[in-house]
Amino acid sequence: MSRYDRFAGAAAALALIGIALAAHARDYGLGHPASAQQIAGWDIDVRPDGTGLPDGQGSVADGEQVYEANCAACHGTFGDSNEYIALAGGVGSLASGAPVRTVGSKLNYATTLFDYINRAMPFPHSKSLSADEVYAVAAYVLNLNDIVPADFVANRQTLPAVKMPNRDGFKPFPGMMSVRGKPDVRNTACMKDCEKAVAITGQLPAGFVEGMYGDIRDNFRGLATMNEAPPPAGAAPAGAPSGHALTQQYGCVACHGTDKAIVGPAFRDVARKYQGDATATAHLTRKIREGGSGVWGSVPMPPQTGPSDVELTAIIQWVLAGAKTP
Amino acid sequence: MDRQDPKRGRLLPAPENFLGAPGQARRRALGNLIAGGAALLGARALHAAGAPADPAHLPPNVPPWSQVLGQPVGANPYGVPASYEKNIIRRLSPGLTTTKHSSVAFTPLQNLFGIITPNGLHFERNHNGRPDINPYEHRLMLHGLVRQPKIYTMEDLLRFPSVSRIHFVECGANTAMEWGNPAVPTVQYTHGMLSCSEWTGVPLSTLLDDAGFDRAKAKYILAEGADAASLTRTIPIEFALDDVLVAYGQNGEMLRPEQGYPVRLLVPGVQGISNVKWLRRLEVGDMPWNTREESLQYSDLMPDGSSRQYTWIQEAKSVITSPSGGQHLLDKGGYYEITGLAWSGRGRIKRVDVSTDGGRNWRTATLQEPVLSKALTRFRIDWTWNGDPALLQSRCIDETGYVQPKMRQLREVRGTHSIYHNNAIQTWAVDAEGKVHNVQV
Ligand code: HEC
Ligand code: HEC
Repeated sequence: MSRYDRFAGAAAALALIGIALAAHARDYGLGHPASAQQIAGWDIDVRPDGTGLPDGQGSVADGEQVYEANCAACHGTFGDSNEYIALAGGVGSLASGAPVRTVGSKLNYATTLFDYINRAMPFPHSKSLSADEVYAVAAYVLNLNDIVPADFVANRQTLPAVKMPNRDGFKPFPGMMSVRGKPDVRNTACMKDCEKAVAITGQLPAGFVEGMYGDIRDNFRGLATMNEAPPPAGAAPAGAPSGHALTQQYGCVACHGTDKAIVGPAFRDVARKYQGDATATAHLTRKIREGGSGVWGSVPMPPQTGPSDVELTAIIQWVLAGAKTP
Repeated sequence: MDRQDPKRGRLLPAPENFLGAPGQARRRALGNLIAGGAALLGARALHAAGAPADPAHLPPNVPPWSQVLGQPVGANPYGVPASYEKNIIRRLSPGLTTTKHSSVAFTPLQNLFGIITPNGLHFERNHNGRPDINPYEHRLMLHGLVRQPKIYTMEDLLRFPSVSRIHFVECGANTAMEWGNPAVPTVQYTHGMLSCSEWTGVPLSTLLDDAGFDRAKAKYILAEGADAASLTRTIPIEFALDDVLVAYGQNGEMLRPEQGYPVRLLVPGVQGISNVKWLRRLEVGDMPWNTREESLQYSDLMPDGSSRQYTWIQEAKSVITSPSGGQHLLDKGGYYEITGLAWSGRGRIKRVDVSTDGGRNWRTATLQEPVLSKALTRFRIDWTWNGDPALLQSRCIDETGYVQPKMRQLREVRGTHSIYHNNAIQTWAVDAEGKVHNVQV
């Protein structure tokens, strides 16, 4: 569509005027000139050729300290976190059946690593590191991947020169770079007897939907019918916050994931452990109230005094019923 | 096809208690009021356990809302959906992301009509949390290969000549979970990183002209957000001069915070992430930036281990939204409307065909006007379910003649690890009980 659409009312006979308008952009007198100083504060992007890298430098050794203090908690001591994105490993795996995509295995330019950390990390407080610290931690992440030696110092000259393992692994794909691009996959608009045999080759495992998503009938509007449907078995009394909501309200989720252990066990693992155990409710009530360690590891749970007795019972019922999320 | 039987097919409704206690208590209380006698109540008051309708509210009786003064005008200065619609919401897919601060909430496509996504249901995806930006303090900087670098206030942007256009936004990773196998139960999760709105804003070309961009050297534009991610993407200049908008309006109101308030980029037909939200900076340059979001992420890994980079265009795709996964058809021999959505990043949808036998035979569906370029198009076709298992599919063709591919055709070329750009034909299996499942054939 032409960017002079708003002049589309002009008749074809006035096409020449249209061209004249296109040649001379109109000045609306809006906006203000941006000063060099204003631009400098915001213009943080770094290109693969190194354009945009700031003054400063940082060594692998300095980077280790920055990393330990600001990054390791999430990305793992060796950049090998399972919980958050891993920053190291996977080199050579991209063509395999189980590709591991990391800075080391997939990224093509070290300048992009600098650019990204500088704008978006550390996750809770982006843009809190100095240029020297970003150089240093970028050097350290490259060293974790064995891409640079331990005495490497990152700066405006050295970073663009780093050869990443996957430097040549990217290809522009013209088929999707413009509306006129030639597609790579072709189907035909056959209308009759198009397939000889049709077989279902993939489906969700039995019980998967109930286990992961709970009762999904309420994902649909109930209006399409006058049918009588029984309420789902075991549904929480409407109105009261669910056990699940209470674990969020009282901050349990800071230490417990539904299906992932964080500091404490995953709620679904707790459910599995106590399945069929008639004493579970009593044990867990006391344990959560008083805190303690030893069942899942040496890290103790602090005493939890937030939830009322009724709420705690609701939480425990929810956990023991499989910790289903809405 | 059997058109004799006009019986309307029923779907299993939501569980009764999805309305929640307040709605039911109120209905019951009003029921009592009208019935005017406790004696009558006993059995009827309990109806809410199963039946959705209280006979006292049905003909020949006159329901309470016809007899009691309603809410005053202006009771909701900013309107909200009816209380009965409270389950029509965006949802997160359990276990998909480590943190809700870089996650996605999916649009409930199964619940929507027409082509416009209500603002509160537009899918939400951000990388470092959603900022709350004061529009009076927001600035858009335009610099690089321009004669006069500029800073615009929101007031400036609202004063430029504006255009409004209807376009879809689809995340490049929509349907990503399905490359290997069916992985999620409903169309909300398979296709819900897709929404469509009427966007209002300034053509980016107007701003480029205003700053006097270098027509000879300018090849690419970097768009950057004001969120904690300061998310960046490279936009080719052809797109920028064609139909890209610097948008502040969404379906008649200012953008929702989730969609980039107070201003975002709208790059029609291009993968969602290029539509940079909370837009703070545009830099005109002469080479692509290779940002993290177009190298480490948002590049398509091929079976040979290479990655396709700068795969901007969202190719033609369609999906049946009803009947769809998780629904339950109750009537054999009942009439059901098959309806869904089709869209293409290359332009208009020309045709949609529907199969009920897994792709063996196809019938052409009706397209609902308007059929707009790079917008969702609603299609529909009649179907009487004979009670046998069925495999429902839709297949669209866009104005370039491109035909939406089968899953196996995509896999043959791209393998199963490319994450992005899965535009395969979706199959919904209706089993003999009428339950609808996500399957692949
Ligand atoms: C609170 C947890 C947390 C901390 C602390 C943190 N990160 Fe991250 N990091 C994340 C998350 C979450 C993402 C993914 C963000 C997204 O989805 O866009 C990420 C992404 C990254 C990536 C991109 C990886 C990829 O493959 O795309 C790099 C590089 C990175 N972080 C480096 C760092 C560095 C260096 C630090 C310390 C200065 C740091 N992070 C601190 C959570 C964290
Ligand atoms: C500061 C972190 C932390 C918080 C907050 C926390 N927990 Fe825990 N929780 C733990 C740890 C660590 C354990 C493992 C203790 C052990 O090994 O005996 C645990 C164990 C548990 C168990 C299993 C106990 C057992 O003996 O098997 C339950 C159930 C539980 N927590 C529930 C809760 C609930 C409910 C809350 C919120 C009201 C909560 N936790 C808050 C850290 C925490």
